[in-house]
Amino acid sequence: MTEMLASLGDAAVIAKRNVIKIKRVPEVLVFVLISPILFVLLFAYVFGSAIQIPGGSYREFLIAGIFAQTVVFGATFTGAGLAEDMQKGIIDRFRSLPMSRSAVVVGRTASDVIYTVLSLLIMGGTGLIVGWRIRSGVVDALIGFVLLLLFAYAFSWVMAYVGLLVPSVEVINNASFIVIFPLTFIANTFVPSENLPGPLRTFAEWNPVSAVTQATRELFGNIPPGTPPPDVWPLANPVWYTLIWIVVIIAVFAPLAVARYRKAKQRA
Amino acid sequence: MAAMIEATGLVKHYGAVVALDGIDLAVDRGKVVGLLGPNGAGKTTAVSILTTLVRPDAGTARVAGADVIDQPGEVRKRIGLSGQYAAVDEHLTGRENLEMIGRLHRLGKDPSRRRARELLQRFDLVDAANRPVKTYSGGMRRRLDLAGALVAESPVLFLDEPTTGLDPRSRTELWTIIRNLVQRGTTLLLTTQYLEEADQLADEIVVIDHGRIIAQGTSDELKSMVGGERIEVTMDEPDSLDGARIVLESHAVGEVQTEERLRKLIAPISGGAAVLTAVLRGLDAAGLAISDVSLRRPTLDDVFLTLTGHHAEPTADEMATELEPTGAMS
Repeated sequence: MTEMLASLGDAAVIAKRNVIKIKRVPEVLVFVLISPILFVLLFAYVFGSAIQIPGGSYREFLIAGIFAQTVVFGATFTGAGLAEDMQKGIIDRFRSLPMSRSAVVVGRTASDVIYTVLSLLIMGGTGLIVGWRIRSGVVDALIGFVLLLLFAYAFSWVMAYVGLLVPSVEVINNASFIVIFPLTFIANTFVPSENLPGPLRTFAEWNPVSAVTQATRELFGNIPPGTPPPDVWPLANPVWYTLIWIVVIIAVFAPLAVARYRKAKQRA
Repeated sequence: MAAMIEATGLVKHYGAVVALDGIDLAVDRGKVVGLLGPNGAGKTTAVSILTTLVRPDAGTARVAGADVIDQPGEVRKRIGLSGQYAAVDEHLTGRENLEMIGRLHRLGKDPSRRRARELLQRFDLVDAANRPVKTYSGGMRRRLDLAGALVAESPVLFLDEPTTGLDPRSRTELWTIIRNLVQRGTTLLLTTQYLEEADQLADEIVVIDHGRIIAQGTSDELKSMVGGERIEVTMDEPDSLDGARIVLESHAVGEVQTEERLRKLIAPISGGAAVLTAVLRGLDAAGLAISDVSLRRPTLDDVFLTLTGHHAEPTADEMATELEPTGAMS
């Protein structure tokens, strides 16, 4: 119990260090937050004007997808942060200290929640400006945001593991695209998954990004009226399906990332 | 006296590369041992194993009484490490770096602050204390990194190439700091590729090459292994090297080395100033002009050359080769 508290204390020290860095290098923050704005504007106006949805607004339909895609992309930041620490050699210092073995990764994933929260706020604001509206209650909408946040947090553990695996920050940025593009595009983020051809459709239906999109879409009240309810279990129970994924991802990748950290040594 | 660092048969492979090939070490409390060797000799690997960063493939090691494999957490509580690459956070200030290390040593908030303040003073970093480290000079970063290793007042310290890449002045400064440190009874293992550094700081020197210990002893003991003195002659003209070599060979007690790029010849001799005079007469008689000459005691580089057949530090000739792509060393 005492060790547990001490571990959390260590993680808090690391998180504080990361937050100081955000303050010292605000340029990073600016760039990280411009992309959500860009995503909302591009998709809303480029696709939003081209595609019609019977009985609803495509722009509203899109927003939840953009939110989901952006928070998944944002997780790359966690990987990049850890890869940078490895490159700079400070991980060696941490590993020679009598601190908790999980603190560096726990602290990093925790401090990166700030980015997710900020990017959700900014996207929400931009969304409202381009005409997106929450058509449900406050509580539902909040649950939607919390679900996105939790999903982003879980996904940042995947990227934490990848970040400790790759040799440099450049690699993580490229590597993450290979995973994130298919994951966020072969989904119901930008087009309804029913319209996709055979195998892609199955992938999209079981894709957790689809579930989190579907869940927030429902929680924001952005499902066009008259849309038939989804007939596959993940999309019919998107909140539960998303929660299962969140638990599974953390259960698998948190131990992997911590184990990787214990072995990490950037120079022979 | 109890050994604060003891290692037996340490072996570490990285793929096909043998980084350590059976190293034994014993460092008594309060002693300074210098691990001396060229790049890639296995020095950093040895430190990494002793500081629990890397597991050995074979062998055992205890640091301050704790086993590095079975009790790594205990070892970490008892050591301070300053690495080859200054491991400080460049976005944090010097003070924040030290306070963070104190917190991670679980010293508590106020003691961490106090300790940071003391160290900043001792390392002459007070003026820069509240500036981000990225504004620091190389020497300042190293001092901060070294201060980081001292935060917890650990009984055993590891300094991995503490002055690599520093200018001569910063290096001398750091030497003074390290000397003061060991006066306080800290046990220190230091790695270096500078012979002078080991000579200056270490009670005992362990020479390693290709992952093996090839010699150990005090600086004087090592020097006496190669015996005698050295005459170094630098010629005016490259053309006169061959002629000068013949003159030196007639007085030398061992092989005469040539460093062509520097137009320099080095000959081991026995007999001191009298031999030097004879050599100068011989060169003069042969009409060979010299630009510099010196008589000196053997250095650790001579020791290295005698023991391994190659220099500890790359010579001018070798460095020129290294710059070519095929000669690149890892």
